[in-house]
Amino acid sequence: MEKTFRIIDEDGIHARPATALVNTANKFKGVESFAEAKGKKVTLKSILGVLSLGLEKGDTITLSATGEGEAEVIQALSDVMVNEGLGEAV
Amino acid sequence: MIKIEGIAASAGVAIAPAFKLEHPDYTVHERQVSDTAAEIAKLNDALEKSKTELEAIKERTLQELGAKKAEIFESHLLILNDPELISPVEDKITNEGVNAEFALNETAAQFISMFENMKSAYLQERAADMRDVTKRVLTHLLGLTYVNPAEINTEVIVIAEDLTPSDTAQLNRKYVKGFTTNIGGRTSHSAIMARSLEIPAVVGTKEVLEQVNSGDLVIVDGLDGKVIINPTEELVQQYKNKQEKYLAQRDEWRKLRDLPTVSLDGVHVELAVNIGTPNDVAGVVDNGGEGVGLYRTEFLYMGRDKLPTEEIQFNAYKTVLEKMEGKPVVVRTLDIGGDKELPYLDLPKEMNPFLGFRAVRLCLERTDIFRTQLRALLRASVYGNLRIMFPMIATLDEFRQAKALLLEEKAKLTSEGVEVSEDIQLGIMVEIPSTAVMADQFAKEVDFFSIGTNDLIQYTMAADRMNERVSYLYQPYNPAILRLVKMVIDAAHKEGKWAGMCGEMAGDSTAIPLLLGLGLDEFSMSATSILPARSQIAKLSKAEMQELASKALAMQTAAQVVELVKSIDA
Repeated sequence: MEKTFRIIDEDGIHARPATALVNTANKFKGVESFAEAKGKKVTLKSILGVLSLGLEKGDTITLSATGEGEAEVIQALSDVMVNEGLGEAV
Repeated sequence: MIKIEGIAASAGVAIAPAFKLEHPDYTVHERQVSDTAAEIAKLNDALEKSKTELEAIKERTLQELGAKKAEIFESHLLILNDPELISPVEDKITNEGVNAEFALNETAAQFISMFENMKSAYLQERAADMRDVTKRVLTHLLGLTYVNPAEINTEVIVIAEDLTPSDTAQLNRKYVKGFTTNIGGRTSHSAIMARSLEIPAVVGTKEVLEQVNSGDLVIVDGLDGKVIINPTEELVQQYKNKQEKYLAQRDEWRKLRDLPTVSLDGVHVELAVNIGTPNDVAGVVDNGGEGVGLYRTEFLYMGRDKLPTEEIQFNAYKTVLEKMEGKPVVVRTLDIGGDKELPYLDLPKEMNPFLGFRAVRLCLERTDIFRTQLRALLRASVYGNLRIMFPMIATLDEFRQAKALLLEEKAKLTSEGVEVSEDIQLGIMVEIPSTAVMADQFAKEVDFFSIGTNDLIQYTMAADRMNERVSYLYQPYNPAILRLVKMVIDAAHKEGKWAGMCGEMAGDSTAIPLLLGLGLDEFSMSATSILPARSQIAKLSKAEMQELASKALAMQTAAQVVELVKSIDA
């Protein structure tokens, strides 16, 4: 399951929202989740991975998850994207 | 005595002996280890100790500076738990049989160089976080001792190559009077922290660490970005005066932060802030702005390769309106064209861009662009106190056309079932002399005026403000300008409307007495000018300023007007 967002935060994905995303992904031990952007795919359980995407305002990012409860993970991650004012669904 | 220039990172003046905060030698040598399991255990032990320290720093920051500042240490903790960092280090130890510090240093270096090579300045600065975290772990792996800045117990100025976020968080305000560093900029962590701790700081001096010895008397001037090592007695006295003056002023300003702007004789005027992005709202709130007097929406359109969608705009407008919590927000519709280019619009070059196809002129032709913006604004209107302002209006027809488009979009949204506020004030920028002269007619149809002095002056004086050879004609205090301003304000008041100003003149301490006297209702300026302006207005009587203004209007030259205003200070 996956969901794509466009980054709307003026600063792109910076440390605070990246921290929130990774903390959320880490809550779901049994589910692997990933972020994919600009042809690069990283695990959402790594803050360095997420920051390494170098996402700026206007870029798109696809969040994906596999495993039991993947829908719940995607929902939780979407909430972070929206609540942090980070991105809008496309 | 040595004087060094740097970047003023945190306001204030500090005078104290130097304390050089130098990190120990973190040089790492490669060694082969036979017991790789023991080496990994050593790594884990260092990681655990580092995490314990970070938890403590995070807690302390949370107590002293609040959740927002503590977030950085939360991300440091995540880095130490990051499988993308730890697994490669462990693999390196196991597969190559190398020592833990070497494996860590090599792996961290890759991330540091990755951040340094990123496009965004923000992400480039994350290299500093990576270095900070790495050094923390290395301190334990190498068995180094490092003077923790928290242990300083006499009054000092801290001098360093750079201050890591954790160094800065541990500075004790009681003893650390100021700091100065070789590297860094206004947006580095140490600078941001210094401002929240209210410690004067000068960063980016390039050489202060090399020029100073521990114990030297140092002046840090965080107002003008200067560092003076071993100053003369006379200079110390001079800076003590500057420090006192600053502190007195700061205390006075702070008291004014949550107060309305009221003149000596009890007349309220509104001090608002000019902003460019939703992020700027923090500055409005911090400086006690009573509203947003000009939200320049151009930034939404710049720095991208196509027009911003309605959704992107809606989110930005909604954010600003919500963060302002019901205080007025004047949004200026797109003011692009002329000198502010949007490559993706592919507009032809013009001979006279300032007199050309720009702002509302462009919007009335490219109604697709304009309608998208109006829809986004209308949808956002229910989240706060929205006021919409059209720029570069030269004729009543232009205003009527723009207003008609707004009403059409509003009707469409309402028929789609979208809620739109019924109390949106609609106004215009007055920056073209024809509009100032016809203000009495405009005042019957608009809800407010906001005088854009930067353009009004250049159009009135027929002098390009970018051309240095005619810069002497940029005369805000010329009676011609004051008379136009008066016409606009009087016209508004005659119809029961309000008049504001959002050009640089509104925050100018020489212009403020005149504008108050002319009856200006709203002054919109940069966030940092708000408190000085509020303090100035509190000392002025509006009735007296009316007399001053009428004298100024009858004068012959700008120089005479300046002299007149100066005479009230004396």
